[in-house]
Amino acid sequence: MKIHEYQAKEILRKFGIVTPRGVPCFSVDEAVKAAEQLGGSVWVVKAQIHAGGRGKGGGVKVAKSIHDVQAYAAQILGMQLVTHQTGPEGQLVRRLLVEEGADIRKEYYVAALTDRATQKVAMMASSEGGMDIEEVAHSTPEKIIKVFVDPLVGLTDAQATELAQGIGVPEGSMAQAVDTFKKLYTCYMETDASLAEINPLILEGNGNIKALDAKFNFDSNALFRHPDIVAFRDLDEEDPDELEASKFDLAYISLDGNIGCLVNGAGLAMATMDTIKLFGAEPANFLDVGGGATTEKVTEAFKIMLKNPKVKGILVNIFGGIMRCDTIAEGIVTAAREVHLSVPLVVRMKGTNEEIGKKILADSGLPIIAADTMADAATKIVAAVK
Amino acid sequence: MSILINKDTKVITQGITGKTGMFHTSKCREYANGANCFVAGVNPKKAGEEFEGVPIYASVKEAKAETGATVSVIYVPPAGAAAAIWEAVEADLDLVICITEGIPVRDMLVVRNKMKQKVAQGGKETLLLGPNCPGLITPDEIKIGIMPGHIHRKGRIGVVSRSGTLTYEAVAQLTEIGLGQSSAVGIGGDPINGLKHIDVMKMFNDDPETDAVIMIGEIGGPDEAEAAQWCKANMKKPVVGFIAGVTAPAGKRMGHAGALISGGADTADAKLAIMEECGFTVTRDPSEMAKLLKGLL
Repeated sequence: MKIHEYQAKEILRKFGIVTPRGVPCFSVDEAVKAAEQLGGSVWVVKAQIHAGGRGKGGGVKVAKSIHDVQAYAAQILGMQLVTHQTGPEGQLVRRLLVEEGADIRKEYYVAALTDRATQKVAMMASSEGGMDIEEVAHSTPEKIIKVFVDPLVGLTDAQATELAQGIGVPEGSMAQAVDTFKKLYTCYMETDASLAEINPLILEGNGNIKALDAKFNFDSNALFRHPDIVAFRDLDEEDPDELEASKFDLAYISLDGNIGCLVNGAGLAMATMDTIKLFGAEPANFLDVGGGATTEKVTEAFKIMLKNPKVKGILVNIFGGIMRCDTIAEGIVTAAREVHLSVPLVVRMKGTNEEIGKKILADSGLPIIAADTMADAATKIVAAVK
Repeated sequence: MSILINKDTKVITQGITGKTGMFHTSKCREYANGANCFVAGVNPKKAGEEFEGVPIYASVKEAKAETGATVSVIYVPPAGAAAAIWEAVEADLDLVICITEGIPVRDMLVVRNKMKQKVAQGGKETLLLGPNCPGLITPDEIKIGIMPGHIHRKGRIGVVSRSGTLTYEAVAQLTEIGLGQSSAVGIGGDPINGLKHIDVMKMFNDDPETDAVIMIGEIGGPDEAEAAQWCKANMKKPVVGFIAGVTAPAGKRMGHAGALISGGADTADAKLAIMEECGFTVTRDPSEMAKLLKGLL
């Protein structure tokens, strides 16, 4: 689960990490009031969307007067902000963060994430803050310092110092940097984050260390123990179809192609998408109905796929294990009738009671195209939509 | 022979009294020698009771002491599953198979590091399979997990995969063209897990009753590449490789918690390239996994 920058900073502050003072705003008036309340002579007006690259897209502006704050807030609120992470259509800006300006002497990067290979928490820092870290990793990997933290021990002073020295934090700010890294690690663990990133972490003119921007991802498996974080969820930032699917316990992801696919099991679902591509078309979605492909779930899955106007055909690929093919076939027939299926449907069923399942489909009177293998199914659906 | 389990393995079911635990314990007991293999269940609140004649004990330690079981399978719900793994490890079992899907990553991080610390301090090593996996099967001998038993045939091909239904797909293809399986192992779709492809490949390599292997992976994580590198130098048997997710977009979790592209090495194309370079016969068409393997025998 993702959250907004202002929410991320709220979490950081809870763990004792210093951030600029700021106020989330939903209107131009609120933005003006926020700037007045913050005081000072420089403010930053920042679009709040769940995507990076906001500055380059024109979603972050430095204002030198209240009038500027008003003008920028009016300009950014309601804009379709396009960044490298939003796709060409962009994301509508509904929230702003108005912050006090900062006196930036140097920008660093620091992040915590789980390292699969070592099964430890990787703390990464870089002297190249404010940049896309993937880019730094690619062009100047030596500028990324990494330590691996044993969760049974925690981030040690020695490790935190290694990070701070490695990225060139000046001696006078060392203690603050070490403290910030240790707090970030604690925050990462205690919130069940899967990514906690401060970019940039800045050194101010007076030697203070501050988190200027922050990004979190949270482990969805652990949200049950963090109602405070769940409360940060902003449904406006999520794909409406994916959201709808999640209500029915369907794992669904929208893609760009024109062949909808409905599969049981995540691996088989990806393999089915790949097969569609291999035989000359593009999948319109990833959809895993899970182990229990019930009539209700299949019906909802059909509805969600058919809402996508690009979908010109559907491929169902089910491996009937514990769930028998005849049960699934009945579900497919009922669902296809209920949604008045109007696009070609290819069904490939394999496993328990396969023959009975195929007979149910054939006897249904519906124009269902039966397929034997995944390759056969892909060939048939690609032909049917052409 | 086979890897990890055989008809003489004695198994404890942790979470035997839940809906899933009951259903699958029953199915596993119906399969091959299952009735003799599944000897105990654990539930602290129902100690002294029975499920289909299988005695329920208060703890794994007690179940092990009373029955001599060396393996456990876990169906405990996500919030308590890591604690269940640790209980089995503390009881010094040989192998723990965790079926549970949805365990918080932090819980797995902590329990995996505790397991490593125990071994480093001279304690007995307990192997972990999963979590979020279908389990494993040695056809005609024993199945521990949620896979449909009847699609398997006894034979000499090993199968290892991160995905449940994709494993069944490979197994069914093999069975259909007359190739049985020595063991089929689901290592699970979570980012922090126990046995990895490389561990299972080593076992298949050492197993005199396995002639060849189908290794199935997916996007996300370094495991398939690591296994491929090891195989390049050590594997004596032919391997067919498939990676799911060529069409998966970056940054999106594809159903499995671990199926996420966060860097270039995570992509299916990158993994397929390394596997090919390391001598695997790779395919982009999952329909032909078994057929390709037959050609290598």
